[in-house]
Amino acid sequence: MSVLLSGNQALARGAYESGVRVAFGYPGTPSTEILENLGQYGPAVYCEWSPNEKVALEAAVGASMAGARVIVTMKHVGLNVAADPLLTLAYIGVEGGLVLCVADDPGQHSSQTEQDTRQYARLAKVPLLEPSDSQEARDFMLAAMEISEKFRTPVIVRSTTRVSHSRSLVETGERRVPERAIAFQKDPSRHCPLPVWGRRMRQELEERQAAMAAAAAESPVNRCEMRSPQLGIITASITYQYVREVFPEASVLKLGWSFPFPDQLLRAFAQQVQELVVLEELDDFLEEHVRALGLKCRGRELFPPCGELSVAKLQAAKDRLEGRTAEPRAQSRLPVPELPARPPVFCPGCPHRGLFYGLTKFDVVVTGDIGCYSLAVFPPLNRTDVILCMGGGISMAHGLEKAGEKRKVVGVVGDSTFFHSGITGLLDIVYNRGTATIVVLDNRTTAMTGHQDHPGTGRTLQGEETIAASIEAIGRACGVRRVRTVNPYNLKEVHTALEEELAAAEPSLIISRAPCPLHERKPVGPRHRIDPQKCRRCRACLKLGCPAIENHQGEIRINPLLCAGCGTCAEVCKFQAIGPVGEEGK
Amino acid sequence: MNNITKTCSLIMVGVGGQGILLASEVSARAAQSCGLQVKTNEVHGMAQRGGSVTAQIRFGPEVHSPLVPEGTADALLALEAIEALRVQHFLRPDGLAVVSTQRVIPVTVSSGGATYPEPEPLLRRTFRRLAYIDALGEAEALGEARAANIVLLGGLARHLPLPLDAWEAALALCVKEKALACNIAAFRRGLALSEGI
Repeated sequence: MSVLLSGNQALARGAYESGVRVAFGYPGTPSTEILENLGQYGPAVYCEWSPNEKVALEAAVGASMAGARVIVTMKHVGLNVAADPLLTLAYIGVEGGLVLCVADDPGQHSSQTEQDTRQYARLAKVPLLEPSDSQEARDFMLAAMEISEKFRTPVIVRSTTRVSHSRSLVETGERRVPERAIAFQKDPSRHCPLPVWGRRMRQELEERQAAMAAAAAESPVNRCEMRSPQLGIITASITYQYVREVFPEASVLKLGWSFPFPDQLLRAFAQQVQELVVLEELDDFLEEHVRALGLKCRGRELFPPCGELSVAKLQAAKDRLEGRTAEPRAQSRLPVPELPARPPVFCPGCPHRGLFYGLTKFDVVVTGDIGCYSLAVFPPLNRTDVILCMGGGISMAHGLEKAGEKRKVVGVVGDSTFFHSGITGLLDIVYNRGTATIVVLDNRTTAMTGHQDHPGTGRTLQGEETIAASIEAIGRACGVRRVRTVNPYNLKEVHTALEEELAAAEPSLIISRAPCPLHERKPVGPRHRIDPQKCRRCRACLKLGCPAIENHQGEIRINPLLCAGCGTCAEVCKFQAIGPVGEEGK
Repeated sequence: MNNITKTCSLIMVGVGGQGILLASEVSARAAQSCGLQVKTNEVHGMAQRGGSVTAQIRFGPEVHSPLVPEGTADALLALEAIEALRVQHFLRPDGLAVVSTQRVIPVTVSSGGATYPEPEPLLRRTFRRLAYIDALGEAEALGEARAANIVLLGGLARHLPLPLDAWEAALALCVKEKALACNIAAFRRGLALSEGI
């Protein structure tokens, strides 16, 4: 029976069928739903949100050492965090099959970078599989597990936003768990990469490359679709689907197992076609290698070097290939006047709003971080000045201060981000006599990726109750003496806390705590309205950037369908024009 | 079971939280039940925080790209009036637009310098075939404001090559049992409102 699954659901299905016993990961769009879906197969599969991707991979290696099949999930930038264990793991190798599911984000729909995970496969010298739809996502996961155990290597299954978040029909199968005892077998010369054994491992890693390249050339995961011999296209991942729409007549070498490069297959395909073209999203990963083999091809010059590909971009490439001037094919019917932008914003009732509004009253530098609160960069709040990476909000604050920045520096991170990689930055500030004020926006969930649990929530991925880590206690244990918790819906309390902590000559930790109303699925309080008799159009409430407060053609009103009842707008109104519906003014 | 010979493509657009994903899910299930290949694509992550959200659905005997090529969509469903204009380039010239009269004023208008245009003249000028429906009002009259998406889906379904019972069966798969009667009523209301477009 076929079922309609997203790429991420299909990856989870494949992992389940392949007999995976344990799975680790950290949320990150577009990878998050892989582990969320696999968790639903419990208790056959143990799944957890680890504090970060490095911990997730290290835990997975432990599981593999015990002989279990295991997967690890993350987004592309998460692999930067897990790169250290990955590169050494390639030397040590695996016992139970170990597959990293890494989802890239071409077009940067939800990411700070557009990096190409395929480069990590080459850097670590590990096999790379790239599904192009949900069926392949399920199938390739099974294949990856076999490859991992056959060659005793970690394998990367690389998805992209359009593979992960597109749905298509999938034929599923039964779960098969390999019959073997889960028991660690001691063998230091294989499991400990001390130089004495590491040099041998390095040699073996290299020898494995040739064997894997030969296997890739034979594997059904790679396939050659011969049609017209005039044009041959080498492609992989979602680009294959666009190629089939735009070049229905062309022969296609569809790479599913693209690294180690299947040289025999590339050469054989090139010989069978008159013109060879490589079409791939992001880096010239395949094309560079095809050229290095001495094969003549076209590719990168036909389409833009960054951003995601599309049918339209491939049509333009086809025009160039056939010597036509590329013309826009989709004729827009009539020019439409410039529409007002609708960027993502803090939701109505978001507790982050009060804290950032509080920061607008101080002349400070704010180093931000990765999460919903990145949106504080935008007007009208404009209250984040630098963003780097997970945890960077804390460490950058310290560096700015040590460089001699005259203003006070405030580092802002979320709760999940604090546990991910904020704690070491806080240690740095305390140890090295910094004085930055650090704010943890604790909304009790990993919000931006769709509300995942984390070490502070007291619940695990599979819904078990557990010990909740205390951010206050961690702060004190790091040596912070000034630790305080504020209610971000109380603007006076926020202001006082910021004022006092910014004046302190030592590091401070402010925990701004209120649960995400989107996660709670209930309003913060009663809906509010603006009394038009009392409203003086001073626009103070509009400075909160709340999408429920609409200013349209001179009238300022609260959209009753959107208001979450946080009351922050009532606090900023100097004329008492805003209040809960049903009290004054109704 | 069906006489569809080529790919049918739909674009759905709205503001985060309006119910685009449910409308997309129902369409996909309806097409799947007719034995067709189906592919969909939905936006997750940051764009869901009050930004524009788009879903794409394609079905037919053989579907490759899950994304709708520009200028080829057979129909467009918009839960917010000006969001329809933002994705108009996806629609083929004689494609159908089913648009809600609901306005959600963006923050760029409320606190920035941007203006929200009067949608109706622009919509009439842009879309040759337009069903401009007070979906929110219709849904509220049925006692469930959140069913506005299903009113519009009814408006869309009238003009798509899938049998109506496939849509209603798909609805039954996608909404909770206690909400089904209201959603079926919303679907049929939309169906009635897009007659003759």
